[in-house]
Amino acid sequence: MTLALPAQKEGRRTFKVDFSVPVLLTFAALLCVLILLPISWLVMYSLSEVDPATKERVFTLAQFRTLFSDPDLVEPLITTMIVAISSSVACCLVAAPMGWLVARTDMPMTKVIRALVTASFVTPPFLGAIAWEILAAPNSGLLNKLYRFLTGAEMDAYLFNIYSMPGLIFVIACYTFPYVFVLVANALDRIPGDLEDASSILGAGTWTTARRVTIPLVLPALLAGALVAFLQAMILFGSPAILALPAGFHTMTTKIWSLFQYPPKPELAAAASLPLLFLTVMLLRGQQMILGRKGYSIVGGKSGEPRLIRLGWFVVPAMAFVVIVLMLPVFLPYFALLNAAFSPIATNLVTSATFTMKNFHFTFFELSTTQLALKNTFILGAASATIGTVLALVISYATARKAITGYRVLGFLATAPIAIPGIVLGVGLFLAYTRPPFVLYGTLWVLLIAYITIELPAAYQQLQSAFRAVHPELEDASRILGATRLRSLRDVTAPLLRTSVLATWCFIFVSTVRELSAAIMLFTSETKVVSVLIFDLKESGDLGAIAILGLSMLVLTFTVVIFINRLPGFGSSGLRNT
Amino acid sequence: MARILDRRDVLKGAGALAAAVAATPLHAQAPPASAVTEELIQAAKKEGKVVYYTSIDLPMAQRIGKAFEAKYPGISVRVERSGAERVFQRIGQEYSSKIHAVDVVNSSDAAHMIVWKRDGLLAPYVPEDVAKHYAAEHRDADGTFASFRATLSVMAYNTNLVKAEEAPKSFADLLDPKWAGKIVKAHPSYSGTIMTATFQISRDLGWEYFEKLAKQRIMQVQSATDPPKKLGLGERAVMADGSEYIVFQMMEQGQPIAPIYASEGTPLVIGPNAVFKAAPNPNAARLFQSFCFSLECQQLIVDFGGLRSLHPQVKEKAGHKPLKDIKLMKEDPAGVEKQGDEIKKRYTQLFKV
Repeated sequence: MTLALPAQKEGRRTFKVDFSVPVLLTFAALLCVLILLPISWLVMYSLSEVDPATKERVFTLAQFRTLFSDPDLVEPLITTMIVAISSSVACCLVAAPMGWLVARTDMPMTKVIRALVTASFVTPPFLGAIAWEILAAPNSGLLNKLYRFLTGAEMDAYLFNIYSMPGLIFVIACYTFPYVFVLVANALDRIPGDLEDASSILGAGTWTTARRVTIPLVLPALLAGALVAFLQAMILFGSPAILALPAGFHTMTTKIWSLFQYPPKPELAAAASLPLLFLTVMLLRGQQMILGRKGYSIVGGKSGEPRLIRLGWFVVPAMAFVVIVLMLPVFLPYFALLNAAFSPIATNLVTSATFTMKNFHFTFFELSTTQLALKNTFILGAASATIGTVLALVISYATARKAITGYRVLGFLATAPIAIPGIVLGVGLFLAYTRPPFVLYGTLWVLLIAYITIELPAAYQQLQSAFRAVHPELEDASRILGATRLRSLRDVTAPLLRTSVLATWCFIFVSTVRELSAAIMLFTSETKVVSVLIFDLKESGDLGAIAILGLSMLVLTFTVVIFINRLPGFGSSGLRNT
Repeated sequence: MARILDRRDVLKGAGALAAAVAATPLHAQAPPASAVTEELIQAAKKEGKVVYYTSIDLPMAQRIGKAFEAKYPGISVRVERSGAERVFQRIGQEYSSKIHAVDVVNSSDAAHMIVWKRDGLLAPYVPEDVAKHYAAEHRDADGTFASFRATLSVMAYNTNLVKAEEAPKSFADLLDPKWAGKIVKAHPSYSGTIMTATFQISRDLGWEYFEKLAKQRIMQVQSATDPPKKLGLGERAVMADGSEYIVFQMMEQGQPIAPIYASEGTPLVIGPNAVFKAAPNPNAARLFQSFCFSLECQQLIVDFGGLRSLHPQVKEKAGHKPLKDIKLMKEDPAGVEKQGDEIKKRYTQLFKV
């Protein structure tokens, strides 16, 4: 209540008009434009072609006929399914036991483990893919060199070939398993200890309890995680572009991108985007159905701390498992990048004799796009995070408090972009904003719109659940004392939510910095971002510069996140995955 | 978008091209040679920067930029580097959205100059050095572009992994099963060098060569500058194509790599420079263009870059096999312009990416 009082004083003095309805309507209109405009263009293009004779756009189903009959397009679709399913399964096989170990056993250093999983989330997948090239290219890869050194195998022998379907699946799984891990670990954190106690009291042993009680309770979260992992694998652009193209195969995302290369076939690209969109919508429906059932699982209010299972001697293999899993997305790739940054040849181990600052010097003092790209990335990251958080805050307020009629539509619109893969959104935005009335292509605005649209759903979901945790009575008090809705939102609710708001801001910032698939469709030379610059360098094989830029990008990200969390007046908030 | 599509249509009906090229000399009207005047330098300094879209290897491009900045302090060079085919697509995309960001362009696919010139995008501008020293076949009759650099698309091998006597001597040798899985190759949809080379090889050896090569489990990279780098890492033993100048650069750094000049002939790749009419920094663009063709810059691209210069006063670097001693395939930008799209399509069908 002490928070509400100053609000009341000022509120009386200034204004009494409640702006909430027009404000909320504006937001709804904004969301409609953000989402409907690119999608409409996408559909329009996929169903039309330019008549060569009249130069007019005419209706046709030719794009879809090509899409489902041309083997050059059907094969990538099949490949994508195989890759997505396999990496989703791989993620679950690793993340589920790890989540269980961290949440339900007396495993030591669980905080560190969770932080390292976050680090693998912060690492851009394309950067991880490049690092894994340095580690596991069949001939020059560090791990294969080590293997030949240890076994005395001959020149051509190798243990890993990263340029292959299994290689691609592996690398994708490395950077999607955090999604599964977080969902599973959070679900396990929430399972009340009483249920397990009851099982024990009834005579079941530790393992029976796990099998009969804990696992069934966490299954919905695991399935949801599997779907998210599938989705992430399906819509990823960077990793397949880096690993699949050298091996001579395409996935859907790289195919769509290649359809935009000269001579561009935007109609076919639009048509090829729609199956991804359709699949994503279906998968999310599936996820909702599964998660929607979770209500059955946990009956009863607050309960005791979950009982931690004693691992005993089993802690040794368990720890080994976790360390190995974390080596793959974090330790090994970071080591490879550090080595490449200061070695004259990326795949030779750096020694004191060969240590060089050449790459550092080149990247920061010769490469003329470095500064521009870093500046653009930082501006876009901060702007997307700020605008996205405000947008998500207002919308989640409206839906959590049912503030206007039609709040459900607002909620739906805010969640809808989750169904639009980055590359599809890129195609849609390209079609929508290269023509009047909104000619935004070539400006940072179009990238800003892309980032906000992509990140809005996750931001919205985070803040919505945060709103549910704050009881409306505090706001009601402020309103009774005369504050408008917006005022009580600003002065009462927002401060109470600051930890969540901060976490959301960081989340959007991190995701924006690592985004590649929409940016690759939308950048121009003046609006290049670091992820696109790294991809450019990758195509000409400049590994040293990539390593330096990639590491700077990680430093920038971690610095901003830590700085924001240390701001005076804010509690510590971790980076949340959704 | 509409503009790009229109241009593609024009490209398809490129039969008219031969006529267009033939017709050019009738109106050939190159402007008089332009010397670098104090006036131009001052006007360029006022603009303060120049944007260079290029397909030349990044460190080389940045070195040219630094040399220019050192000579004309106060004018910064921003290099926008990608493969020539990407640069072409980028400019097309930007121009169709009325974004005029590029001042000076360099492309390793000389056919692009034909298209840009036909679309009326290039500014006629003849630097003094070009008028004085360059042979007629290396400057446009209308003065819109000139041959900034030449290189070859060579084969090469890693000298640690392959003995000199066992290295392939010809394109045909690459089809030997013993090279399966050991070849790295760049892509004609990305690189102008490779587009030009693919045109010449398919013309002289036929597409059967590529059909057979596609069965050799090649490692497919994008830029022509990348295969030599992959050899340097020891990732593959042999490269089927790639930039000769990168091979030279790496040999100088002591990396285990050596070029192969195929017995069937080696593709010659000319990379012209041009100034855009709608350049945002028109004076700096002209100054930069003049600098690019100066003896100073031309000697730099030979000495630092390992490129070949068409400036007759430039001294060939010791150790580089002189062009006259190499059996070359014939260069034909007009042919590339006609067949470019078809080459990309066929190549993608054969190599799957």
